Amino acid sequence: MTWFLDHIPEVLRLAWTHAYLAGIPLVVGLALALPLGWLARRYSWLYAPFTAGFGLLYTIPSLALFVMLPLFTGYGILSPVNVVIALSLYTLALLVRTVADGLGAVPDHVQNAATAMGYTRGKRFFAIELPLAVPVIAAGLRVAAVSNVSIVSVGTIIGVQQLGLLFSDGFNRDFYDPLVVGIIGCVVLALLFDGIIILLARLLTPWQRATGGRA
Amino acid sequence: MAVDNLSLEAPSGKITVLVGPSGCGKTTSLRMINRMIQPSSGTITLDGRDTGRMKESELRRGIGYVIQHAGLFPHRTVLDNVSTVPRLLGMDKTETRKRSMELLERVGLDPAFAKRYPAQLSGGQQQRVGVARALAADPPVMLMDEPFSAVDPVVREQLQDEFLRLQGDLGKTIIFVTHDIDEAIKLGDQVAVLKVGGHLAQIAAPAYLLSHPVDDFVADFVGRDRGYRALSFQPTPRLPLASERTVSMGERIGGIDADWVLVVDDDNHPLGWVEPARLKGEVRSETLHRGGTVARASGPLRAALDAALSSPSRRGVIVDDTGALVGTVKAHEVLTAIEETSRPELANPDNPGAPAA
Repeated sequence: MTWFLDHIPEVLRLAWTHAYLAGIPLVVGLALALPLGWLARRYSWLYAPFTAGFGLLYTIPSLALFVMLPLFTGYGILSPVNVVIALSLYTLALLVRTVADGLGAVPDHVQNAATAMGYTRGKRFFAIELPLAVPVIAAGLRVAAVSNVSIVSVGTIIGVQQLGLLFSDGFNRDFYDPLVVGIIGCVVLALLFDGIIILLARLLTPWQRATGGRA
Repeated sequence: MAVDNLSLEAPSGKITVLVGPSGCGKTTSLRMINRMIQPSSGTITLDGRDTGRMKESELRRGIGYVIQHAGLFPHRTVLDNVSTVPRLLGMDKTETRKRSMELLERVGLDPAFAKRYPAQLSGGQQQRVGVARALAADPPVMLMDEPFSAVDPVVREQLQDEFLRLQGDLGKTIIFVTHDIDEAIKLGDQVAVLKVGGHLAQIAAPAYLLSHPVDDFVADFVGRDRGYRALSFQPTPRLPLASERTVSMGERIGGIDADWVLVVDDDNHPLGWVEPARLKGEVRSETLHRGGTVARASGPLRAALDAALSSPSRRGVIVDDTGALVGTVKAHEVLTAIEETSRPELANPDNPGAPAA
């Protein structure tokens, strides 16, 4: 406890970098998953290769990805950019299927009605399909957020600044205070991400509250 | 092939009903009109313009569309649902809002519903919103695909009646798909009976269809009691009405020498029958026989006959347009009137199978 009180600024700094290393990939991964998920829905022959193919990305061990990526990106092996790219790929891996399934869950009669009202394909996506897919996409995003927070700490091995450093620090010195603080920090961060996503999803789906989730 | 070589014309300002068993291609035919399904050959013209040459989204914005489960957008309020097409057309926001509120009232919905979401409405209410949404941009043409089949029979009948009243005011060109021949007969100005494969079996006014089905398929489809149902289209002629002895609620009827006595309220509206021989004491609400239907003198013969058939006294109660008692009529008297009416004339007596308008 005294260790924590003496090191608050450092813990906060690590927590902040940890947060954006986990957070930016969420945004990038979602931005990429939306068009890919839409394509998987639009052209049914793409659904199986897309969901299975991008899902496979998740099976690449994170450490291997951190080490391999510099070869392709040209950034130094210690650069946090590699972590962001790797986690964006993981987020993408989790979200392509989620987005495709979320869009697919919009009832046929609603889709038909939208088409018959004279929505063009693009307008229909943004006005009807995407808003209705928000609850499903948010659920997938929560899984990706928690997974990102935990995978960021693997970056310790290549020396990226984040809360995971506290684990190795505590472990190396056989002094458990930083280790416990690191773990608690990660849990708090994961809960924060979860809370923010839940809040955003609630704001974007006022009809679900009004109808008790029946819509 | 779902629809093969179908050719028909839906006259402006009238309701054309496409009816047939499932798989007869009626929905496919409907969806070809707004190009949700592309026909492999042939043309569809709207006021003389080939729809195949129009831009899809623009064509659709000019055609109202109502479907079975209403197809409302669950994430939008009732008001926003109704405003969909005007907003797509870029119409003024406040003007659209005002018009949408008017439409809600027009289809019989309380303005308090405007802010609710579709899931907070009953099936019947959702369907009203669906109709309002289709009418919002005031399209001359409306396509309706089994709009009333997912609601319970009582609500369905209400919706049908209001729909006819609304159409009386608006005079839209409507193409209406249903599998329910009774609905087709009730709503259609003309009814097209389709066979599997989208083959047109017969197209005719409802009364004609009931009197002169062209073949066994149409005859089977329009049903066994078509003779009785055809009476829905026969206005009631002047019937020999008998005056009826009436009493009011609370009256004692012990001394009255009659088999059945009609009970009426202060406005002379019939309430039910009582049997003086069996009733001790005064007439109370619980002692009324309410089995008999009541027919308006200006209504169809079917209602008059039903009133006579259903009355416990065997005397059918006839009222005027305000609902006040005019007199009673017996079943054989209604039958005599029926025998004197003429059925729709066969358009082509030499060839009864020929399609007729």
